[in-house]
Amino acid sequence: MRRRAVGLLLLACLCAAGFPAPTGALASVAAPSGDLDEVMSLLAMRGHGRVEFVEQQFLAILDHPVESSGELRYDAPDRLEKRTLLPHPESMVLAGGVLTVQRGERRRVVDLQRYPQIQPFVESIRATLAGDRGALERLFHVDFAGSVERWTLTLVPRDPQLAKTVARVQIGGSRDQLLHVEIREANGDRSLMTLRAAGP
Amino acid sequence: MNRQRAGIAALWLCCLAVAAVIVARAHYITDLSAFLPAAPTPTQQLLVDQLRNGPASRLILIAIEQGDAGTRARVSAAMAARLRRDAQFSSVNNGEPLTAQRDRDFLFQHRYLLSDRVSAARFSAAGLHAAIEDTIEGLASPAGLMLKSLLPQDPTGEMLHIIDQLERTPGPATRDGVWISSGGERALMVAQTAAGGSDTDAQASAIGAVRAAFAAAVRGSSAGGAKAVQLTLSGPGVFAVAARAKIERAAVRLSIAGGLLVVTLLFTVYRSLPALALGLAPVVSGAVVGIAAVALGFGAVHGITLGFGITLIGESVDYSIYFFVQSRRLPQQQAGGLSWQRAWWPTVRLGMLTSVCGFASLLPSGFPGLAQLGLYSISGLIAAALVTRYVLPALLPAGLVIHDVTPLGLRAARLLLPARRLRGSRLAASCVALAGLALAVLHGHEATLWNRELAALSPISRADQDADAQLRSDLGAADVRDLVIIPGPTLESALEAAEHAAPALQSLVDARVIGGFDSPVNYLPSAAAEEARRSGLPDAARLRENLRQAATDLGLRTELLQPFLSDVEAARHAPLVGVQDLQGTSLRAGFDALILHQRDRWNALLPLHPPLEAQAVDTARVRAALERAQIPEARVLDLKQESDALYAGYLSEAIRLSLAGIVAILVLLLATLRSPLRVARVLAPLLLAVLCVAAALALFEVQLTILHLVGMLLIVAVGSNYALFFDRQASLHEARSESLTLASLLIANASTVMGFGLLSFSRVPVLVALGTTVAPGAFLALLFAAVLSRTEPLRSHA
Repeated sequence: MRRRAVGLLLLACLCAAGFPAPTGALASVAAPSGDLDEVMSLLAMRGHGRVEFVEQQFLAILDHPVESSGELRYDAPDRLEKRTLLPHPESMVLAGGVLTVQRGERRRVVDLQRYPQIQPFVESIRATLAGDRGALERLFHVDFAGSVERWTLTLVPRDPQLAKTVARVQIGGSRDQLLHVEIREANGDRSLMTLRAAGP
Repeated sequence: MNRQRAGIAALWLCCLAVAAVIVARAHYITDLSAFLPAAPTPTQQLLVDQLRNGPASRLILIAIEQGDAGTRARVSAAMAARLRRDAQFSSVNNGEPLTAQRDRDFLFQHRYLLSDRVSAARFSAAGLHAAIEDTIEGLASPAGLMLKSLLPQDPTGEMLHIIDQLERTPGPATRDGVWISSGGERALMVAQTAAGGSDTDAQASAIGAVRAAFAAAVRGSSAGGAKAVQLTLSGPGVFAVAARAKIERAAVRLSIAGGLLVVTLLFTVYRSLPALALGLAPVVSGAVVGIAAVALGFGAVHGITLGFGITLIGESVDYSIYFFVQSRRLPQQQAGGLSWQRAWWPTVRLGMLTSVCGFASLLPSGFPGLAQLGLYSISGLIAAALVTRYVLPALLPAGLVIHDVTPLGLRAARLLLPARRLRGSRLAASCVALAGLALAVLHGHEATLWNRELAALSPISRADQDADAQLRSDLGAADVRDLVIIPGPTLESALEAAEHAAPALQSLVDARVIGGFDSPVNYLPSAAAEEARRSGLPDAARLRENLRQAATDLGLRTELLQPFLSDVEAARHAPLVGVQDLQGTSLRAGFDALILHQRDRWNALLPLHPPLEAQAVDTARVRAALERAQIPEARVLDLKQESDALYAGYLSEAIRLSLAGIVAILVLLLATLRSPLRVARVLAPLLLAVLCVAAALALFEVQLTILHLVGMLLIVAVGSNYALFFDRQASLHEARSESLTLASLLIANASTVMGFGLLSFSRVPVLVALGTTVAPGAFLALLFAAVLSRTEPLRSHA
């Protein structure tokens, strides 16, 4: 029981390790906000989704990216599952504001409300998949570029505390499909997730 | 003569006064030690210590229900804040990360002494390569989110390893900052009291503090819905307090109700206030002397003895009934008739001695509660009988005449007439048939006849036990069933042995014999282990060189790992971590919970978790593994099995002792009555009554407990008087006195049946067991004794 608190310590380390965010210039091309609404409503109409992902993490401490791949599943409105298959099977399920990470028989459960610093990592993807513009705008400054056929959302955390961890999230897509998600952390680390429709 | 009477009365009052002083000064115990063995084996001693004062015994499980989630969370936080300031509690946890920062700092600062993976090999070039490669692989996973920021300081991942070791069982989920049940309908909290679980007064006070904190939190909440929020408490201390209150309430209420019933009955019969008052003298004397005897004999009186004792000497009310009813004819027959003392006292004395033989069988019991009940009953009955014999005649005002109950006896005799016409072989055949039928029923239920679980004695209702189980599963605090206990002469030696056992237990985890295990060394290693780890750390130059070699093909930018190099160097010169360093972190409570200090030794407790697929741990395989690992001092303790075995031991011992008691009664009767036939006539109705009651209970699917057994002894004790009176009556050859005898027995029987019948309506299972056994049993004993008696059918009286 009391070990619960201990188990979540590491998550708390995240915010402790933050550096001031380098304010990168955001390349934003003004686009009609009608397109954002259309993309959002297209996304909102999808109840479920299943895509394959390849994720590359570029860490300051390593001179090469760390790669992983697997499957991403989404069920409206708030269930998101990231199932990593390579290099090691592991699953991460976000449901009802609670994040559950399972690897083998080990399971960690995290209440997002208690660890707001994790929110940008997961909520950016969930809210976009849900077409939930309200939720996106509560957490981020939202910047839409491109067209319905080829769009880019740039999300910058509104909360200055959160901005110390995540500098920005960039999501690219076409109509109701997400094509890539790039998360740039304040300390220079970066992850790029490329998505494509899952095979049968 | 008058002076002699005054002397007797004075002597009686003196004895009573001395006994009353002893009673007033006696030490009363209300904890569960009445159920614990008086002379425990070492394993039992561990069990007893765990049950009485172990960390599990000090938990109060708290649930906040109803209302809305936000209100529950606010109430939980407000309650916890208040309870944390209360010295009665050693820890209060509701999921709020209060000590998280300090815990994290402590673990991180001492990671190279606390992690059991630290060794010279791990910090060699090859070891570092493997460890860092592992960490980098971990980065690719979602959990990598947690690892990444620590990489420059902890590239070998010791911090995550320590946390994994500590967090073997997942705790409850949190919402709105506090623990909640899996369905989210309850906010959860766990408070640990400073006092032991067996200190029922302290537990009651702690529970009061929890309730007060809840009330204050609800009052202080501005939300309108706060009034709807409800509090549910559970845990060993909560149960102990509730049980005590319940037994006290039930005992008081039932004693008053039973007392009123008996007094009403006696007054209806006697129609004389002085007779009524005198009639209660033997009971009161017996109760006081009984408690005094227990206080002198055992040093302290268990609550259970008080609770049941009074009911056990219900027989003493009978003595005065016999005295009054049967002496009634004396005024008219003073010339020729025998006095009551001469005509009936020997019979009452024999009945009393029979009961004493029965209850004496409880005396050698290893179950302190039973042994005390035995002594209490014996001394109480002897005192009551002596008061009836010597004090009542002395106190009896001249000319006191009670209402004539002869008509009652005559009516009863007429009712019995048809049954009594059965004589000789047909009577014997009927008895044998009835006994055979009862035995057949008992044989049919043999497998389930006795309840051998300690829980059978628990005064806690099934519903409360279920609520407790629910709360425990919500908290992920399953009642620990299996423990490995490793003793040592010092704390250090116990910790070293626990470290020695860890690989054997880990192999059991891998083989899925157990799901996991906790160990105090996860919180604090032995000094020897810390020393070994510290000396395994390479010096700065070597570590730099090892890291350089390890990093070559890992793509690691070693220049960013400077924090790692300086942390290891600091650890090489840091002092070892001791118990005092845990102070101020939540780890202290965790460590203390797994260490048991007995007088001359320390025990490391390693709770085992059952494997995912199974409910229970195969303790035989655990024992075998520990034996193979050559840890002979380690003991595997299955708490439930051990406590059930303890109770089952009491039960079979009590059954054996009761049978010995029956044999003693047989010998006593043979020696006194000097006729096997008469002994058979006396014993047959008693044994028949016991068999019939046992069979009836079995038919109603009631599993017999130790209290049913005590009830059966009581049937024999009370019933033996009935049978002996009929036996004596037969030798008097006097029809008129038979109706009086019958009337006195009926009245005595009615008071017993009423008193115990009342217990059947109690909500305390042990009282119900006693009531449902004795009430029907006493009635049957009278019926069978009357039918089997040798008396010729009454001639009608003109």
